[in-house]
Amino acid sequence: MIFYIINRILQSIAVMLVTAFVCFILFNYVGDPINNMVGQETTIQDREALREQLGLNDPTVVQFFRFLRNAAQGDFGISYRLQRPVKDLIPERLPATLELVFASAVLSVVLGILLGIYTGLNQNTWVSRAILAGSLAGVSLPTFVIGILLIYLFSVTLGILPSYGRGEAVQIVGWWTTGLLTISGWKAIILPSITLGLYQLTLILRIVRAEMMEVLLTDYIKFARARGLTDRVINFGHALKNTLIPVITVTGLQVGSLIAFSIITETVFQWPGMGALFIQAVHFADIPIMVAYLVMVALFFVTINLIVDLLYFLVDPRLQIDRGEAGGQG
Amino acid sequence: MISGWLKRIIDHDISYSFTHSPVTVLSALMTLIILVSSALAPVLTPHDPFNPASLDIMDAFTPPAWVDGGTWKYPLGTDDQGRDILSTIMFGNRISLIVGFLSVILSIVIGVTLGMVSGYIGGWLDALIMRLADAQLTIPSILIALLVDGIARVSLPRELHDEIAIYVLIFSIGIAAWPQYARVTRSGTMVEKNKEYIAAARVSNVHPVMIMLRHIIPNVMGPNLVLATIGVALAIIIEATLSFLGVGVPPTTPSLGTLIRIGNEFLFSGEWWITIFPVVALIFLVLSVNLIGDWLRDTFNPKLR
Repeated sequence: MIFYIINRILQSIAVMLVTAFVCFILFNYVGDPINNMVGQETTIQDREALREQLGLNDPTVVQFFRFLRNAAQGDFGISYRLQRPVKDLIPERLPATLELVFASAVLSVVLGILLGIYTGLNQNTWVSRAILAGSLAGVSLPTFVIGILLIYLFSVTLGILPSYGRGEAVQIVGWWTTGLLTISGWKAIILPSITLGLYQLTLILRIVRAEMMEVLLTDYIKFARARGLTDRVINFGHALKNTLIPVITVTGLQVGSLIAFSIITETVFQWPGMGALFIQAVHFADIPIMVAYLVMVALFFVTINLIVDLLYFLVDPRLQIDRGEAGGQG
Repeated sequence: MISGWLKRIIDHDISYSFTHSPVTVLSALMTLIILVSSALAPVLTPHDPFNPASLDIMDAFTPPAWVDGGTWKYPLGTDDQGRDILSTIMFGNRISLIVGFLSVILSIVIGVTLGMVSGYIGGWLDALIMRLADAQLTIPSILIALLVDGIARVSLPRELHDEIAIYVLIFSIGIAAWPQYARVTRSGTMVEKNKEYIAAARVSNVHPVMIMLRHIIPNVMGPNLVLATIGVALAIIIEATLSFLGVGVPPTTPSLGTLIRIGNEFLFSGEWWITIFPVVALIFLVLSVNLIGDWLRDTFNPKLR
């Protein structure tokens, strides 16, 4: 078991190092960093001086280690377009994205489990069928289309919810601003979080439903029924517990996707988060921001995957035997 | 003879399952209409939306024909430059389909090659390729496509990039989806390579590359083609999303995603048709390809569910 954990941690570090190396290549060799920083009229001597000063003439290995050291300290240089340190830009944008992701995750888990239980227990009612048919839209429609349709319905036609921004944000601790303490902030987060969370909601709904249907056929549930326990105790005390293991895994892994897909949702709703910043950086070839975003997202993904893997390991004792033997083949 | 052949097709299980699934028949019909209309777009479209000479700026923002102020000259209305929406959608479908198909072909070529090598040769090469696939599968393909496209945008000069934008797009979407094909191919190859006919080929000194090309490929392509149908729908979605984000195809040759992005600016000023019709077209396209893919998967390879 300890071998497995160490193996997984080493793998995660390897993934991070590869990502960092790709970023480093992007940073130093795609385009000329000096050209991106100075104006047309800078003389060749000045350029060479700047090159020397930035250490761009050092051996690649030395440069890579310097890049790693700076990245570990959150220093990704100065944005080409905004002319401000990336270190200052990220904290401005991070809370908005994390709040959006958090709201979508809560929404999709709560609604997904509730609707999953309902459709799993009442399989043939028309309500269940309607929910399942509706959930098809969640998997087959592109995120931005869902966003546009929601905007058209709730903002343009009905005019009850805002279609852009995150409402009034207030500062709480340090640099963290939140929109969750104002009414306009709550109104603003409704449509984006539905848009972002719909796919995950569908996924969780379908998993819970399938697991529920499977578990209800097992012997221990029949036994519980034979003991004369009430439906409520059986459904929620016995059956639900066993459906939740895959939900934990999927939710954990999907948090990564939520962060990735927030790029799209943030663009549709002009949400002032990391994703919107990244897309602008791609438009303007603003490499420092792209690199910073890449490293952060990779770190997020790797950490979440690691936690989910370890969690899975703890939740499901069967794995502790299998994984130890089949470790290398996965 | 032809009638016997036709009879065999009609009597076959697959055509039974096809004709008895109205949803599939409907989506096949829908796909056929979209395919034909986009293949023949230059002939069928009532207006040439990309010829500035034929555009009349006075016709801009004409609503659909059945709304007050609309004319049947432009059945679905016009956009901000006076382009006929119906025509731009037909051309947009064309680009979406081209990108969808070509990028899936690219994914299959990469995925099948790597998967086959991985399954047939095994050893450290197998471990390396599969770890790579695992690592890539943890990141959503849309993010990978976005990154590849972003890097191309940074490293290529702007004029060149606009010119080859569509190929960059195909490449980045294709690169993003190979691991699934590699996995399916690898497991298929590992089953096939232990069968007797492969052993026979090996003892008769057939070169491993020939064995893979002649004997293994035909036997692992089935599940790959089923995956590919759903892959096309997925690729169309990614293309539309990237174009919507403004990093896909340039506005001069708009795909559905580009059209939606352009129209999105006018959603609030009341010109809903500029966005909503391309959105509806995209939904129809993705949904019908998806439903056909689902049906294919259920019919040919129930194990993949």
